[in-house]
Amino acid sequence: MRDLLVLLEQDARRTPAQLAELTGLPENQIAEQIQEWEKGGVIRRYKTVVDWERYGDEKVFAFIDVSVTPERGTGFDDVAARIYRFPEVHSVYLVSGAQDLRVVVQGRNMKEVANFVAEKLATIELVNSTTTHFLLKKYKDDGDLFTEAEVNHRLVIAP
Amino acid sequence: MKPLNEVVQNTPPSGIRRFFDIAQSMEGVISLGVGEPDYVTPWRVRESGIWSLEHGYTTYTSNAGLLELRQAISKKLNSLYQLDYDPDKQILITVGVSEGLDLALRALLNQGDEVIVPDPCYVSYVPCIQFAGGVPVRVPSYSEEEFRLDPERMERAITSKTKAILLCYPANPTGATQTRENLRKIVTVAAAHDLYLISDEIYDRLSFTRPHTSIPALTGAWDRTVLLNGFSKAYAMTGWRIGYACGPSPIIEAMTKIHQYTMLCASHLAQRAALEAINGGEEDVQAMVADYDRRRRYFVRGLNSAGLDCQEPSGAFYAFPSIRHTGLSSLEYAEALLMKERVAVVPGNAFGDCGEGHIRCSYATSLDNLEEAIDRIRRFNDQLGGHRLEKTGAALP
Repeated sequence: MRDLLVLLEQDARRTPAQLAELTGLPENQIAEQIQEWEKGGVIRRYKTVVDWERYGDEKVFAFIDVSVTPERGTGFDDVAARIYRFPEVHSVYLVSGAQDLRVVVQGRNMKEVANFVAEKLATIELVNSTTTHFLLKKYKDDGDLFTEAEVNHRLVIAP
Repeated sequence: MKPLNEVVQNTPPSGIRRFFDIAQSMEGVISLGVGEPDYVTPWRVRESGIWSLEHGYTTYTSNAGLLELRQAISKKLNSLYQLDYDPDKQILITVGVSEGLDLALRALLNQGDEVIVPDPCYVSYVPCIQFAGGVPVRVPSYSEEEFRLDPERMERAITSKTKAILLCYPANPTGATQTRENLRKIVTVAAAHDLYLISDEIYDRLSFTRPHTSIPALTGAWDRTVLLNGFSKAYAMTGWRIGYACGPSPIIEAMTKIHQYTMLCASHLAQRAALEAINGGEEDVQAMVADYDRRRRYFVRGLNSAGLDCQEPSGAFYAFPSIRHTGLSSLEYAEALLMKERVAVVPGNAFGDCGEGHIRCSYATSLDNLEEAIDRIRRFNDQLGGHRLEKTGAALP
């Protein structure tokens, strides 16, 4: 069953019929299992990996290390929620080390991201400091290569 | 000029070679003709090769190969198959299984000794036996028996001159694996006639429907078996040319003697990379094996739906469907398929007479390629079917 998830994670468009061929499991059992995972939140949703730069869209990403003051009772959760509710925020992680939160912010240009950090993020009451790193080039993202794939040097026929 | 060596002169060039030249010059070919993984060597292994160059590991190693590597192999074989080989005396690092096979044959055979091989078998076996002065004796195996060598038929081929039996399971080109029961019988026959066993287990990790049985692990086999294996298939390291031979000390000593005067040692770079592969590559192996298994299911079903009669192969990464019903020979079918639909497969007769009527299709290629290849084969078969009807006429209303 785990194999099924691996296959879907590689390509969400695989149909139950194709998955049945690849795993040897019956098709109806696969369909039921997928439904169960969708309901249970094991499968969060299906999406497409887009290379926006290749499409021609300019997008700017910045990684922002945020140092915050945790609150009694809720720890970092409340302040994290105040941050992740902004649609500009792409991801939020609680991390170990000098800073507390690592936030990824997305914008149309550097000014937009800088403004968001200065006006929204840094001004949140419990935020002590921010350090912003702009993304310059994306090589690999979430397991996907954003550079040219390696050339296969195999011969056409070999013993 | 005086004539060249007779044995070499009398060896026909590989049947694959001619085909290769045609296919290589064509555009848009989907190749199912490749006997190697479509993965590039896992990065951790390549990176370790680079590291070893940076750190100056560019010298000879001992003839037998890096002790560390032999130790790692010994440990691995023990954990996989409960085999016991002393890294000091019973393991030799070779330049791929190909060199290991050549060494084993040269170390075991006297002029005129017979070696039993299944038919069909890997293209190198028969010529290598001949180059070593031996006489190959082919024992047929049939699709009805899932191309498993039958112990009784094998025993009937034994003469007073028989010295060894050369086996390869999981098998190239058929994708067959042997049952433990059959292998036990083969070992019993070998012991009864005091024969050596040479077991090429290069596809051992690619056994899908039953756990792999390593021949020397069977009762009574260890003393008479040379086990050959390597890194090419499990770790996608074909071009590194790195393998190993294991066996009783006297045989490995004899093989090492030939190896030290001909090869000196296997490539130091490749040995370092292999060490990383065996120590850290297990996850990569398991991911690749799982992927091959998926492709196998998909491809075999596809071939059958495209009008070929294909048994489910249980190992390696080959399907060996029958094309008999088309009325064409293996070579005719493979040539026509290449010319008309640009799909490269290897005609089964390249692997022996019993391969006639079959084609070898490697599914070590992407699912997209397999899908496209199946579509093309279907189209090709449909056209063939129509053509035959036209020719005979009688079947048309």
